[in-house]
Amino acid sequence: MSDTKSARPLSPHLSIYRFKPTMAMSIVHRVTGVGLYLGTVFFVWWLLAAASGPEAFSYASAFFGSIIGRLFLFVYSWVLLHHMFGGLRHFVWDMGHAITREQSTLAAQATLVASLASTLLLWLIVWIV
Amino acid sequence: MSADPFKMRTPLRRVRGLGVSGSGTEHFWLQRMTALSNIALILFFVVFLVAMHDEPYAVVREAFRNPIIGLLVALVPVSFSIHMRLGMEIVIEDYVHSTWKLPLRIINTFFAVLIAAASLFAIAKLSFGA
Repeated sequence: MSDTKSARPLSPHLSIYRFKPTMAMSIVHRVTGVGLYLGTVFFVWWLLAAASGPEAFSYASAFFGSIIGRLFLFVYSWVLLHHMFGGLRHFVWDMGHAITREQSTLAAQATLVASLASTLLLWLIVWIV
Repeated sequence: MSADPFKMRTPLRRVRGLGVSGSGTEHFWLQRMTALSNIALILFFVVFLVAMHDEPYAVVREAFRNPIIGLLVALVPVSFSIHMRLGMEIVIEDYVHSTWKLPLRIINTFFAVLIAAASLFAIAKLSFGA
């Protein structure tokens, strides 16, 4: 990629557009993806702790069982489910459906509703079990 | 010679259909394939974690001895790391145009491989270890 600056006009950037649900969900899909990427470190930590023995595992368990740990898991589970529903939306688009303005806006809103509802349901199950 | 730019392409290049990237639709397709496998594997893993939460060490340890659980948990980082590497590659390509682009792409690949290898090592130790 060349670093040469030219006088050619640039395409309009983010600040020029009116806020839309589809745009918000597109950004959130990418941000949640990056979040999941970094969060895999915790996945590996838990597995390595379990593989290392009872003492290492007790440290990991203490963290994930603490208020901060539970808050992290709660947010991470929403991020995971939101990215999953966002991915399902992409599958629908890949098949050539829900491309119109009304349908895509509805799908964007449905993604957020589905991720929030499923996260709450998941933690209700965790709380009951 | 004709001025038609498509005449510059050799028939072999057209038949291969790999375009300027040299890899055609491979990135797109692998992203979709791993998205599909992620859905099944992550849902399994979430259910597994819910079942394991607040369980003592011995119970978690015993769960990994089950070959089906060991195998399914091992598939999670395989699918996950391929998917996240492809995703982060797009993010880097979109936002990084400096000399950092190549180093970051290399770090991205190394990170994904490290995550997958460390997970598989831990799972293998849990499933086969004493």
